[in-house]
Amino acid sequence: MKHVDEYRRKEVVAELAREITAKIDRPVTLMEVCGTHTMAIHRHGIPDLLPGRLRLLSGPGCPVCVTATVFIDAAIGLSRKYGVTVATFGDLVRVPGTWRSLERRKAEGADVVTVYSPLDAVSLAERRLDRQVVFLGVGFETTAPTVALSVREAKRKGVRNFSVLVGNKLVPPALRALLQDEEVNVDGFICPGHVSTVIGARAYEPIVDEFGVPCVVAGFEPVDVLAAVLWLVEMVVENAPRVRNAYTRVVTDDGNPAALECMYEVFDVEDSAWRGLGRIPASGLKMKEAYGKFDAQRRFDIEMEDVPDESGCRCGDVLRGVIEPTECPLFDEGCTPQRPVGPCMVSSEGTCSAFYKYRRK
Amino acid sequence: MCLAVPMKVVKREGDKGVAELEGVTREVALHFVDAQVGDYILVHAGFAIQKVDEESALETLELFRSMMEEGLLEAGDAS
Amino acid sequence: MNNDEKIILAHGSGGKLTRDLISASLLKKFSNPVLAELDDSARVEVGSNRICFTTDSYVVKPLFFPGSDIGKLAVYGTVNDLAVMGADPLYISCALIIEEGLERSVLERVVDSMADACQVAGVSLVTGDTKVVESGSADQLFINTSGVGVLPEGKEFGIDKITAGDRVIISGTIGDHAIAVLAARQDLGLKLSELESDCAPLNRLIKTVIHRFDGIKFMRDPTRGGLATVLCEIAETAGVSVQVRDEMIPVRREVSGICEILGFDPLYLANEGKVVMVVDDAIADELCDALREEDLGEDAAVIGEISGENPGEVVLRTAVGGSRLITMLAGDQLPRIC
Repeated sequence: MKHVDEYRRKEVVAELAREITAKIDRPVTLMEVCGTHTMAIHRHGIPDLLPGRLRLLSGPGCPVCVTATVFIDAAIGLSRKYGVTVATFGDLVRVPGTWRSLERRKAEGADVVTVYSPLDAVSLAERRLDRQVVFLGVGFETTAPTVALSVREAKRKGVRNFSVLVGNKLVPPALRALLQDEEVNVDGFICPGHVSTVIGARAYEPIVDEFGVPCVVAGFEPVDVLAAVLWLVEMVVENAPRVRNAYTRVVTDDGNPAALECMYEVFDVEDSAWRGLGRIPASGLKMKEAYGKFDAQRRFDIEMEDVPDESGCRCGDVLRGVIEPTECPLFDEGCTPQRPVGPCMVSSEGTCSAFYKYRRK
Repeated sequence: MCLAVPMKVVKREGDKGVAELEGVTREVALHFVDAQVGDYILVHAGFAIQKVDEESALETLELFRSMMEEGLLEAGDAS
Repeated sequence: MNNDEKIILAHGSGGKLTRDLISASLLKKFSNPVLAELDDSARVEVGSNRICFTTDSYVVKPLFFPGSDIGKLAVYGTVNDLAVMGADPLYISCALIIEEGLERSVLERVVDSMADACQVAGVSLVTGDTKVVESGSADQLFINTSGVGVLPEGKEFGIDKITAGDRVIISGTIGDHAIAVLAARQDLGLKLSELESDCAPLNRLIKTVIHRFDGIKFMRDPTRGGLATVLCEIAETAGVSVQVRDEMIPVRREVSGICEILGFDPLYLANEGKVVMVVDDAIADELCDALREEDLGEDAAVIGEISGENPGEVVLRTAVGGSRLITMLAGDQLPRIC
């Protein structure tokens, strides 16, 4: 596969691992904030290749994991309404809300459909005029423009039976919240490569300026990840924090203006509740007035009030990197991929799920 | 939120196109990129979110190649 | 699992939930030593004959997909369940559950395909049943086939025969069937150029090697749940650990491509024309070569080995030198964005 295989070469990976080990002179804690990074790291067995002094944490990078329970409950509520088809990315299907998941709702007869692209949900609405198709909009800045464009297309084509329950979130505010959190101790961030194709490498400069924590934009192949780790370790050791871009083949300084423009044409920014992190200012998206007709919250008069979580689930602490999955009392004791309590275990790239699947030794 | 793959554009018609990876093709939305047939694009959820910059890719690979050479040299010195 | 819950699709995907369902709801009620083996087919004795008996139901959607269809699948699937036990498949039955409104021509096409498949596999369809149910009660067509075959004298295969030092062989590329079906379903918009389902009868391939080699311990076809599920079953039931190397596992480029796009792992994808064999170390390479001489085994590869340490564990050594555990999935993989 072009632009993929070259970054999976064993010798290059080995060399990078060697250099990381040679360079590191103290315990270093790095955090990645992208579910896809969590998966990629575990899929290739990268933890095995890193020196013991390097701690690699999985932060709140799985959009499914940080989606507030109340959002799932709202989706489930929608699935109960007569004539509603809930269209969703596969990632959300097994996430438990307060009582149920969409998967279980499907078993109960709800019309829940998995789509690969939000545009497919629009097409579905065009084909099935007898249904109200509600698309569950989750994901960070990689996905938000695609949801936005789908809404724009729906408007352009006059698709009246399509709406979006907006739950998209933004990454930089979460990084800020993490660094302001006293319990969180991170020496450097592996920044999400594909979010960065949209927002640009420069988006992390305020973080470096304010907190002095180095940031490296990284791709997802083993070579990409290790190169980013190496650069972060170098910057930590040399105490020379800045933003570096290790994914230049698709990330520019300023990102993708067309995608950003579309995103901000359709969405406004608002404060948003992140599971485990609480309310983070200016960290979520909501539908703009001009597209209000396509806002499922408005169309179906949905309230999304936060509810306290009393299950004993410590996803929040896991997401902040404060504890390892194995330190959660529910890990493998009542919370497993088959019967997950929290989203960290459900989502295939949730930290707990990755741990359970790949490192449960 | 980042599952995206590099695919090659094989057809473009206005804002829509068809892209290919390992013999698999899919319709993709090209609104966000200025990509033509033959270009590589990064595809997420059916959308091209960026064009793959061939020159940067080559530079990156060159960087790794020279790092390898140095590494092998150092390893040689050490022994 | 409490009885108030509903059955969900994941209960049928061949992974952990399926096994839990079987052990909690089925095994207990029908307890007998033959069933308890939970092999691909049951080994029974009828008089002085050692016979294998199996059954399977086919509910694939769409009915026709590149390289195969529900009819062919129904015949070969049952033939293979017998063949991997080492048995010579002889007779099959066929029960059709047809949804009211199905086009007659569709049914004829399926039946033609089944007849053809019986010929190719060398089995006779000797009995059957046909039911028609109301529109909405079955998804166009469900087929159940059962089959019987004869076990050869002097050959014993079984998961209990597996020991440390044995090696693991896969007879060819993985994931072809699942991806061919997925692509045919249209809703994901993915088009293949060449890939087809690998649906094929394995009885001749297996017969060739079991008669030529001593030292084949165990065989299983990695259908739903994929190669990973079979490896996990081996590790758990035989009380051994399995180590496999990612680079040795053959995967077609189109399968890799779709897996990268959707975020799937080919290890969990269903195959309908492949067999996993656990064999004595001494014969592994030669047996693999022998498989490669046959059409259905041309991409055969030795992918790993069995060890006695850490029983129950399946470890994959990645191409870049790391390692990870392979476990059973709870349900089918779903396309993801993250």
